[in-house]
Amino acid sequence: MAEALIFVLLMIDATIRVAAPLVLAAFAGMVAERSGVIDIGLEGKMLAGAFAAATAAAMTGSAWLGLIAAILVSIAFAMLHAYACVTHNGNQVVSGMAINILVAGLGPTLAIAWFGLAGQTPNLEGPARFAGFALPGADVLEALPLAGPLYKEVISGHNILVYLTVALIPVVAVLIYKTRFGLRLRAVGENPHAVDTAGISVAQLRYLAMAVNGALCGIAGAYLSTAAAAGFVRDMSAGKGYLALAAMIFGKWKPVPTVLACLLFAFADALQIRLQGVAIPGIGEIPVQAIQALPYILTVVLLAGFVGKAVAPKSSGIPYVKDR
Amino acid sequence: MSTEAPQPSKDGAGEDGPFKGPSAIEDRLPSELLAIATPAIELQGIDKRFGTVHANRAVDLKIGRASIHGIVGENGAGKSTLMKILYGYYQADKGRILIDGRETRIARPSQAIKAGIGMVHQHFMLVDNFTVLENLMLGAEGAFWIRGSFNNARGVLSQVSWEYGLEVDPDAVVGDLPVGVQQRVEILKILFRGAEIIVLDEPTAVLTPQETQELFKILKRLRAEGKTVVLITHKLQEVMEVTDRVTVMRDGAVAGTLNTADTNKRELAELMVGRRVVLRVEKTRATPGRPCLEVDQLTVRDESGTARVEDITLAVHEGEILGIAGVSGNGQSELIEALAGLRRIDAGSIRLRGQVVALPNAELSPADMRNLGVTHVPEDRLKMGLISAFDASESAILGYQGDRAYNGPLLSDRGKIVNHCADLMQKFDVRPPEPQWRSGAFSGGNQQKLVLAREIERDPILLLVGQPTRGVDVGAIEFIHQRLIEMRDAGKAILLVSAELDEILGLADRVVVMFEGKIVGELTAEEASPKKIGLMMAGVVGNGS
Repeated sequence: MAEALIFVLLMIDATIRVAAPLVLAAFAGMVAERSGVIDIGLEGKMLAGAFAAATAAAMTGSAWLGLIAAILVSIAFAMLHAYACVTHNGNQVVSGMAINILVAGLGPTLAIAWFGLAGQTPNLEGPARFAGFALPGADVLEALPLAGPLYKEVISGHNILVYLTVALIPVVAVLIYKTRFGLRLRAVGENPHAVDTAGISVAQLRYLAMAVNGALCGIAGAYLSTAAAAGFVRDMSAGKGYLALAAMIFGKWKPVPTVLACLLFAFADALQIRLQGVAIPGIGEIPVQAIQALPYILTVVLLAGFVGKAVAPKSSGIPYVKDR
Repeated sequence: MSTEAPQPSKDGAGEDGPFKGPSAIEDRLPSELLAIATPAIELQGIDKRFGTVHANRAVDLKIGRASIHGIVGENGAGKSTLMKILYGYYQADKGRILIDGRETRIARPSQAIKAGIGMVHQHFMLVDNFTVLENLMLGAEGAFWIRGSFNNARGVLSQVSWEYGLEVDPDAVVGDLPVGVQQRVEILKILFRGAEIIVLDEPTAVLTPQETQELFKILKRLRAEGKTVVLITHKLQEVMEVTDRVTVMRDGAVAGTLNTADTNKRELAELMVGRRVVLRVEKTRATPGRPCLEVDQLTVRDESGTARVEDITLAVHEGEILGIAGVSGNGQSELIEALAGLRRIDAGSIRLRGQVVALPNAELSPADMRNLGVTHVPEDRLKMGLISAFDASESAILGYQGDRAYNGPLLSDRGKIVNHCADLMQKFDVRPPEPQWRSGAFSGGNQQKLVLAREIERDPILLLVGQPTRGVDVGAIEFIHQRLIEMRDAGKAILLVSAELDEILGLADRVVVMFEGKIVGELTAEEASPKKIGLMMAGVVGNGS
């Protein structure tokens, strides 16, 4: 009994850890697309953030400086995307893809040049990483039935970026629905002409949205290399950017459903790790490759069948040109 | 009719409404007084080019305070450009803008809003999935947190909408509202920002006649409150009805500014086009020959099984134009599509020169109908008439692209296609005569001329034509009407569907009126009058009563 409870709690714990960067990236995508800019470059910006965080942390020995570097580098790529797509009305998918390809090659190349390691950054230790820490009272409360283990295993023991992500969920939701910026953001993705004639600059608003997008991607990237892992490894984002995009669509560009979608995908991922090498009664051991594909299969099935009518912001992907 | 009705039923006064007494004088007084005062808007030497197009040429314009000022002109005459410059949406290359006599720099819409100018654009600038209140607030939110200003706005909205008779539900989602109400939201948006000058760009294009009357009432109310209203339109009737003064634009320049009371539709039309315009086409009596198209007890149902065309029997003879009148949506579209082979029929038959071409479950395809000599000018040129992304030359062979004349042994022959298009453009005066231009780059009238050219030049025995002059300017209307009369005189049969009563009266030799899918009456050209047809269109009077 107690064993089963611990198993469930550990699964939830793992889900939260996997979900955190997904939520950050999905929110980044949501802010961009709500402003009318399609962002397929989440993956690239996360990876760039991961590399920047690991590099800065390795050089300075501070995970916090790593986080700041990740945010700045990721914002720089977001600005590049905005420059191509907003200022020059470029194709948003092409620009996003270009960022993904550029970063996938640039990270390992710079790592080789700077550190002489095979496309990696040095292993991070101590204050150069965001380690998990126990919340006050975790050990004292452990004795309580259910609530004790729940507090210790699920709520306590994460790294600071997980708590930051949890705090950002209401912040972003409130930003979108309760503020002037949010109202304009929602409007500009639907009908930029209405925004322009209301006396608001469409370009300025989209640049601002992309800055928020870059910052969120940067935190997600730092999470990957300085919290979840201990350094940058080639292709370490492993499709999480695309998964986040799928979660955002599944969540219909709305904060709370998007978080739930991220949790679902993260749960599939946690389950996948758990099931590796485990013999399932009646079936036997499933090949690792098949199990690893689980989250992606889930994505395809959900997006194909269960999303219902996902209505994207009407003007996302369309460069704003005055005449129509 | 009751005898106590005091209004004299003189038909001659119909155009200006029954009361052309004291109220008309009151209407005119303020504008005359204010002509002396400082104008609300003064434009001096406004000049604007878009690449090679000279959209505005040194435009000077004065608009008096608390007046309704009309700006008329053909499509592409530069009226919208001029107003968008006033609104800061575009910037003039040269020229000055004076608001209340003070020179004002307007480089952005936000500066125009600050100067008290608001604009209702031809395409509404509303966010469809926002509520009325959210749309109202956009750009005028005030503080960072929107809740407080939203509650404020709700109060202001109910005050303003009561004051001007513009009632809307503040929490309704805008996309769900009918266009007439959406337009109110646009006007409210402007009033909410405290505008003193209100520019409306073709506001009636999307409205029913009743909604138009409502709008005009609102505009008069705004004028009474001291607001300055600028109305851009190409409908002369509306100018005569509601404006105090009117400026006519042609080719980007001002062709004249007149007191509405001192002018008439003919004078305005001539100023617009730059030459004499025949508002009503000259034609001789028709000499109908053999029946060309015979429709017998035709019924057409839509996808949901509702009868859109019900038990219709009619015939079109060679050398006559049969006009189908009716308020849009009473089955005319379905009828013309069934005749063109685009819809299945559910009962009855269609015969062409005695030969059966459609029975239920045995209809000929549109291509077969074309081969038999039936050509079709669809009601909506952008949806069915041409493909706006295609070159004009390609749009000019749509439906006939398989014809040997445009093809080599293996590939289509570009040279022949372009020559064919150039030929059509020359015959139908399509401007500019550029076969390589995108179809969508032409003005509505020129697109329509191209579609008509394509169908008429096939030398059909029967021409089906729907709304031939919808969204087409005065000069092109005249041209199109003349071509249709010429075709008739050449012995062709023409079936004309139009929602414009003037068009039906001007062209048709016989008029059939449709209401809710049925024919409610048939009149000869001599019998037909706006009043009779109007009543039939409303379903009030049936055949013979």
